[in-house]
Amino acid sequence: MIARISLIVLVVAVVFGACMPTTVLAQTPLKVGLILPMTGPMASTGKQVVAAVKLYVAEHGDVVAGRKIEVLLRDDANAAETTKRYAQELVTNDHAEILAGFGLTPLAFAAAPIATAAKVPMIIMSAGTFVIPQKSPYIIRTSFTLPQNTAPIAVWAAKHGIKKVFTLVADYAPGIDSETTFKAVFTANGGQIVGEARVPVQNPDYAPFVQKAKDSKPDALFIFVPSGEGAAVMKQYAERGLAKAGIKLIGPGDVTDDDILDSMGDAAIGTITSMDYSAAHPSPENKAYVAAFEKANPGMRPNFMSVGGWDGMALIYEVLKKTNGSAEGDKFLAAAKGLSWMSPRGKITIDPNTRDIIQDEYIREVKRVNGHLWNVEFDRIPAVPPDGKF
Amino acid sequence: MLTVLFDGIASGALLFLLAIGLSITLGIMNFTNLAHGAFAMLGGYLTVVMLNRWGISFFYCLPVAFLAPALAGVILERAFYSRLYDADPLDQVLFTIGLVFASIATASYLMGAQHQIIQVPQFLQGQIHVFSGFDMGIYRLFLLAFCGVITLLLHLILMRTRFGSRLRAAVDNGRIARGLGINVNRLFAVTFGVGSGLAGLAGALGIEILNLDPVFPVKFLVYFLIVVAVGGTGTVGGPLAAALILGIFDVAGKYYVSQIGAFVIYAVMVAMLIWRPQGLFGKKAVR
Amino acid sequence: MGSIAKPAPAAGSGDIKFKAEAEYLRAKASWRPYELVFWLLPIAAYFLLPKQLVLLSRVAVMGLFALSLDLILGYAGIISLGHAAFFGLGGYTAGLLAQHGFGEPISGLVMGALAAGILGFATSFLVMRGSDLTRLMVTLGICLMLMEAANKMRWLTGGADGLQGIAVSPILGVWTFDLFGRTAYIYSMAVLFLVFLLIRRVIRSPYGLALRGIKENQRRMQALGTPVTRRLVVAYTIGAALAGLAGALLTQTTQFVSLDVLSFDKSAEVLLMVTLGGAGTLYGGIIGGLALIVAQYLLSGISPEYWQFWVGIAFIALVFLARGGLVGLAQKGVAALSRGRGARAASQGG
Repeated sequence: MIARISLIVLVVAVVFGACMPTTVLAQTPLKVGLILPMTGPMASTGKQVVAAVKLYVAEHGDVVAGRKIEVLLRDDANAAETTKRYAQELVTNDHAEILAGFGLTPLAFAAAPIATAAKVPMIIMSAGTFVIPQKSPYIIRTSFTLPQNTAPIAVWAAKHGIKKVFTLVADYAPGIDSETTFKAVFTANGGQIVGEARVPVQNPDYAPFVQKAKDSKPDALFIFVPSGEGAAVMKQYAERGLAKAGIKLIGPGDVTDDDILDSMGDAAIGTITSMDYSAAHPSPENKAYVAAFEKANPGMRPNFMSVGGWDGMALIYEVLKKTNGSAEGDKFLAAAKGLSWMSPRGKITIDPNTRDIIQDEYIREVKRVNGHLWNVEFDRIPAVPPDGKF
Repeated sequence: MLTVLFDGIASGALLFLLAIGLSITLGIMNFTNLAHGAFAMLGGYLTVVMLNRWGISFFYCLPVAFLAPALAGVILERAFYSRLYDADPLDQVLFTIGLVFASIATASYLMGAQHQIIQVPQFLQGQIHVFSGFDMGIYRLFLLAFCGVITLLLHLILMRTRFGSRLRAAVDNGRIARGLGINVNRLFAVTFGVGSGLAGLAGALGIEILNLDPVFPVKFLVYFLIVVAVGGTGTVGGPLAAALILGIFDVAGKYYVSQIGAFVIYAVMVAMLIWRPQGLFGKKAVR
Repeated sequence: MGSIAKPAPAAGSGDIKFKAEAEYLRAKASWRPYELVFWLLPIAAYFLLPKQLVLLSRVAVMGLFALSLDLILGYAGIISLGHAAFFGLGGYTAGLLAQHGFGEPISGLVMGALAAGILGFATSFLVMRGSDLTRLMVTLGICLMLMEAANKMRWLTGGADGLQGIAVSPILGVWTFDLFGRTAYIYSMAVLFLVFLLIRRVIRSPYGLALRGIKENQRRMQALGTPVTRRLVVAYTIGAALAGLAGALLTQTTQFVSLDVLSFDKSAEVLLMVTLGGAGTLYGGIIGGLALIVAQYLLSGISPEYWQFWVGIAFIALVFLARGGLVGLAQKGVAALSRGRGARAASQGG
């Protein structure tokens, strides 16, 4: 009798146990707030970054460390208060655990206090002004800094017979960063600045500035303009016959932006720049990246802005794997510092001290290869720190 | 120095071509068409597509760059603009801004957000070295010549044709003109069309010098308005003089005093408007 | 607007002379029921929409900005494309004060308003001449020059990077600004309401009537002996000062200010708000601001890349379907309803 009751109890227990729903640790989706310029003069940057982010998620799946990645895209409308508002709302209303994007310096500055107050990691995928990571202990950068992109060409120019340079930059933070770095590094290496000009950002006509440069008779014209404006400068360079007058065109690679380089025509051939990324970088990772990018976005070639987005996502994925899915501010930062991986551009590392990016820089020349224009790399400086001092 | 002067004049010529359509429509219909830049953008993008994608020669693109925006202008004028002639100027602003937003988004969607580049025919590229210190860009020379021809044509049409005299009558007094049997509506439609067409043409010509991207209508709106305000409405000579003055001062300012380069053009504008509020050759303020 | 019948002047008694006018103004000054409902909405929003307080604070600030433009545009008839000059000046004033340790909010607002008012007064004389287009361009030119100046004076304004290190002290020593925007919301709404009361008072006063007269027919007002220029200068100065107040408010609630507060885009945006809501209707600016910001917010959420297209279409539709802006639309709706009711009453032999 007792045996039967025990058997029944045992059977009931087993059946009951089998039917009991196993408490799965259901993880909430991880929302990434992506704030970028999608309209306005910097819209081409936004489009490049978004394309790269989408490509990364498409290729690596949207689940990492058990969490589903949800990207919430917001247009910063070129306004600081809009960016700050979106950052605030993404964090408080949408419960975004990571903020990313940021194409313009003042907008990044505006959003930084939100990251600090909410202890949310903020990943800079686009902006290049040097001081940005200092604005919040939660900022990590995966794009580049202007000193990093400028110092190499300054050194190269000084070592290759260019004695006198006229600098021409756009009158905003990245431009001024670039100009300052170039002047310091070039003169320290024995060069001479024969003239300088700062161009208003919303400038229709580069003619007078390029003419002024020509009249100063330098060995080279150093240019920094927002990505996309390179075409206008190149036209003036060609029209005014600076090449014929023996004036070379140098600068960070923004002026030979991969996305529009091909349509610049022969005038661009021979331009020497230093940059962190060229679509012609001959690594297997990059070849795959460019092919996939062009397939997913017909008519677009990936440029340096896009790899900032790609590597921003790579950072998120790698860190989440290390923290087991937690994007909590301090944990994320601890895991991100010192993290190193192979990007389409080459090897990159997140500097543990400054939370900024350490990456290889390349000296490239514009050449026509197989009928198209590319920034062909011919020299490499490994592991250039964010302040450009190598 | 002479090169700078030459560049400034060429810049002014392009500005004139861009803005003359706006000046005409403002003077005749009293309608502030802030969407004027959108017609210029249309001409520009059509040229880019025809030249880059279909390989049509630059000179064949130009007539299309005129006709397509002109046609668009006539259609829009009959359908929308004409209903707003008597409306509050603020409603006109709202409508045209709406048109601008829609056109910017459409351009961004169809053509992408990056700057467009075209290669003009080989013989138009480069410079002519006149003497030391003075080089003339060939393309700019071409622009100047083109502008001269257009100005002459406009002047002849306005002064020597029946259409022109009817137009001038409608400007001076629309009601009496109607009373005399002039079909003012048709006049307005054609004029608006021509003004938009000229904008489109200028947009095509300007790709080489300015930049063409989806925010073109807003970026250059200020410049159009400056030319029209300083030049006065209803004449051809006023905007021409204004555009040339502004072009020269802009270029010279950026060359000689780069630190305050952008400042110069605004300061000049404000100064001229304080000196002559109705514009250089404009009529006394009616509104 | 009913007709004002002048009663026969009694012998020597000055106060009966303008009795009808005074009664007209008094009638206008009384609060309509829809106005009371309107001002209860922000209070309701605080409880019903706690997640949208940051957005609604911006609406309050921009509503205030639009209100200041409406005074100049809708009531004085001065069309301005450079109103952001005052907004930006107020914003930078408050920002600089806070940056250098004077973070007390109320005084920041006052200083912002003062600075902008002075600039407004100084430039008001430039705006009196010429046609609408001239005014448009002169105001725009001044605004653009101010922005260029701010860009060049990096040592003062931070240039294109913006002003940082703005620490705003707690309001009245008690309320600190929080991450959820609660303090900012109550602060901005309170300021908006107080300024609104001020403007309402000004509009419904003899001065306000004079302004409206000047807008309708300047020459006739001159013939009546009104010092037109003086009235317009006062209006322009007040409008500028209030725009500066709005700018200071924005800086304090966002703890940041950069060049875009002085941009042509800002001037155009506020002009659009006033037009959208309906110029000269007192509520038009606030309603227009609310409509534009909310529309941009919702559409941008749906299509971050192409929301401008839908906003553009909405503007075009609005112009053809509703002249006089949203307030005009509402007024027409109310009128249509009351007409229907009246017709029904009449047909019932009432």
